[in-house]
Amino acid sequence: MTREELQAMAQKEQEKRKAFSCRLLVCYSTPCISSGAEGVRKALVDAVKARNLDAEIDVTCTGCVGPCSRGPLVTVRRAGQEDVIYENVTPEFAVQILAKHALGNEVLTSNVLPKDLPFFAKQLKVVLANSASIDPESLESYVGAGGYTALLKVLEDMTPEQVVDEIKKSGLRGRGGGGFPTGLKWDLVRKAKGDKKYLVANGDEGDPGAYMDRTTMESDPFLVLEGMAIAAYAVGADQGFIYVRAEYPLAAERLRKAIKMAEKAEILGNHIFGSNFNFHIDIRFGAGAFVCGEETALLTSVMGRRGQPYPRPPFPANSGLWGCPTLINNVETFGNIAPIINRGGDWYAGIGTEKSKGTKIFALAGEINNTGLIEVPMGITLREVVFDIGGGIPKGAGFKAAQTGGPSGGCIPAAYLDTPIDYENLAALGSIMGSGGLVIMNDRSCMVDVARFFMDFCRDESCGKCVPCRVGTSQMLRILEKICNGSAVMDDLEKLQEMGKMVQDTSLCGLGFTSPNPVLSTLRYFREEYEAHIRERRCPVGVCQIKEVPLAELMKELPRRIREAAKS
Amino acid sequence: MATKVRLATVWLGGCSGCHMSLLDIDEKLIDLAEHIELVYGPLVDAKEYPHDVDVVLVEGALCNTENLELLLQIRERTKIVISFGDCAVTGNTPQLRNKLDIDDVLTKVYQAGPGSIPKGPESVDILPVLLPKVHPLHALVPIDVYLPGCPPDPDRIYKVVAALLAGEKPQLPAESITFG
Amino acid sequence: MSVITLTINGQEVSALSGATLLEACRQNGVDLPTLCHLDGLTPIGACRLCLVQVEGARRLMPACTTEAQDGMVVQTHTESLKEYRKMILEMLLSERNHICSVCVANGSCELRARCAELGVDHTRFEYRCPDMPAIDLTHERNGLDHNRCISCTRCIRACDQIEGAHTLDMQGRGVDSRIIIDMHQKWGGSTTCTKCGKCVNVCPTGTLFWKGSTVAEMEKDVGFVRWIKEGREKKQWSL
Repeated sequence: MTREELQAMAQKEQEKRKAFSCRLLVCYSTPCISSGAEGVRKALVDAVKARNLDAEIDVTCTGCVGPCSRGPLVTVRRAGQEDVIYENVTPEFAVQILAKHALGNEVLTSNVLPKDLPFFAKQLKVVLANSASIDPESLESYVGAGGYTALLKVLEDMTPEQVVDEIKKSGLRGRGGGGFPTGLKWDLVRKAKGDKKYLVANGDEGDPGAYMDRTTMESDPFLVLEGMAIAAYAVGADQGFIYVRAEYPLAAERLRKAIKMAEKAEILGNHIFGSNFNFHIDIRFGAGAFVCGEETALLTSVMGRRGQPYPRPPFPANSGLWGCPTLINNVETFGNIAPIINRGGDWYAGIGTEKSKGTKIFALAGEINNTGLIEVPMGITLREVVFDIGGGIPKGAGFKAAQTGGPSGGCIPAAYLDTPIDYENLAALGSIMGSGGLVIMNDRSCMVDVARFFMDFCRDESCGKCVPCRVGTSQMLRILEKICNGSAVMDDLEKLQEMGKMVQDTSLCGLGFTSPNPVLSTLRYFREEYEAHIRERRCPVGVCQIKEVPLAELMKELPRRIREAAKS
Repeated sequence: MATKVRLATVWLGGCSGCHMSLLDIDEKLIDLAEHIELVYGPLVDAKEYPHDVDVVLVEGALCNTENLELLLQIRERTKIVISFGDCAVTGNTPQLRNKLDIDDVLTKVYQAGPGSIPKGPESVDILPVLLPKVHPLHALVPIDVYLPGCPPDPDRIYKVVAALLAGEKPQLPAESITFG
Repeated sequence: MSVITLTINGQEVSALSGATLLEACRQNGVDLPTLCHLDGLTPIGACRLCLVQVEGARRLMPACTTEAQDGMVVQTHTESLKEYRKMILEMLLSERNHICSVCVANGSCELRARCAELGVDHTRFEYRCPDMPAIDLTHERNGLDHNRCISCTRCIRACDQIEGAHTLDMQGRGVDSRIIIDMHQKWGGSTTCTKCGKCVNVCPTGTLFWKGSTVAEMEKDVGFVRWIKEGREKKQWSL
């Protein structure tokens, strides 16, 4: 493809859209599909066909709109009018939308998502900017929305150094959790010695309740591909891999189609845009091991070996896939690249806080009114996220804690609701940004039970290579179980703390050294709940069944149980 | 003459091999005897664990409710508690049964076989109840000195007891703190 | 080969460039405990016993996989490192079923030896007492007892890197990791095992043993690994 052809494609697409009197956009990402979007799509397509409205009404399946708990979602878009989004749409209702709103221009009275919903007002979409408007399975759709102009610009006007400088200027940091400055990482790989260099996109998100990466890949796969191609140009890589969980079939399928289309259009493969730049992308499936989100374990898995981490150094930037310099970034990080190139590093650096720039996607889950996917500027407070965007806590319950970063993160109590969200602040609170899972807990959650849940997850997902993570998580879980069932003693709290510190300090990889975070942070902010379980033998919120006794009390308890059993 | 050190020895869930090893100190026992008063244990006839014990060697793991009761009493009434031998320190062979269901074990050994023991509530007044799991001593009370070995060899035992008699904290060399 | 200078525990020492921190320490009389490491096998940094503190590094570094650098300042025996090492051994004691009194390797066990050296005379962690697969005695010469395994993977690496058979591997993850033979077969039926016995010799505990040995009878010899590796490096056996 040439510059002219790209422009022609964009123009044709835009004109095609303009020709419709009304466009019906069906959110077609996993959450909406699971609540019935396929039926809605079919009903609309059939109705349009039956009434011979093909030229007038467009039905497009798009990426994620955001308020996932309200799906299926249908957006009505008419030129010169504001979008109207309908929630909980059934196939029957969809036909009504078509008949009354699309054809009659009469907004229906029910199921309309309020326009001034703070859910949308406080978001700032960069990565997901086109998510709700474009068809993820159409290259034309992406190009029509300005796609591939960044890659073209880079290839025509910029040297690799300039690209790296632009990313550095933007202040972008890795969105996978660690927050390493992206530009710096690119520079390391660019400067690393080696004839062959690789590039890897990490799409192996495994936090319970998190689906930022899945959505990015599902909603705008070309954006990820374009970001990867720009990065490959900057660091000098000619082969890329996208590592996707096998549990994300839709994301993988859309990526696969996107790669095929991009290759056919010669914007992926050899001589991209007619230049001397070659870059190929293959998909690798992960088998669902959480540890494979850790970069060294992921690389080992890409090479076809048992997915276990190895100690760094050597860092992947110097020795990654098959010993070659390898750039590995999260898919959300790659999603930020094209916008930065298009609008400039300075623009991006203008968003966010001093040390954390740009936006971050979060998956809002748990006890909150609006669960869903949001993209917010760094520096927004937790309170805004929970009470404005999230719409507060349902069923009259109170807010208790926000869990960020999944099993590697910590629980942040109400006292810190006004903390601006950025990498440093979350770390200071004993949590992490992580990949963007945000689970809200209400005052009916037992924090010991929450810690137990996450520790069980980590124990289960520990790869077993290093001792502290393998045995430490198992031993910490044992103590948490004892606290929950009433057989712990106060000394166990001390032991938990000691072990937590030790596992943090001595584990081999990120899974291990962050696994004590949920325990340590709840011990820090909710210690009285732990003590109530042990000293008063009660779970303050009534979640845990205190049925066991500490060892010393078995002396009286065991005979009592035998007598009791005989009575009944 | 200085007052003698009040020493006790206790046999919980173990095979008494550690006590045998203690006796194997042989002629050094005579030296020890000059400095100690043996106040409780399988080797003497005291019925109740006495108060104000200076040092106790506790052999065996915690296997039943009687073990629990006695060890709690021991801790309360003793200055220095020595976890004596692998069963006391690690649970050793008695804890091999931790993977089995305790009711199955009892039924298999005492009801299905030739012997029979009372089961149900009448047993509670006659027999200690088996704990669901066997534990080392330090699972229940703080321990002052660990003396591993199955059994700890006589020399090891002598060194520890002699150090304590001299008022020192026993420091065993590396080769003397091995298990098994 | 050039020589570098680094500081270990306040002492300036020299080492060959390219040496690991573990080699640098041992060559200069600083003893670091190890379990998963074995001279001649690829180091993996898994047991975490040889962790050291490197000035300027954000995290503790495993000496076995970290290359010594000129000017490095290293502490190997701080109070917290000593404490962590003890905790690691205590964790290993609690993980499976280490009943030393009835173990074939009592006397030759490296786990038991490390415990003694570092003063671990009990474990503060609750014994997990996990259920383990039956002991595999189907092989002509060797036995496999999962109860004693510390997942150091020395046997796997020796079989793969020294013998070249890759009969052994790891199955499962976390505390459920288990050594497997071929694709989870009985050892006796293995078509890849050469019966060389290298795995048995390099096993630090009583997991792999010569059939027929009873309590404390196992004797192991690990020196051959280094000898083979060095011979290969020097191309001693090439025509």
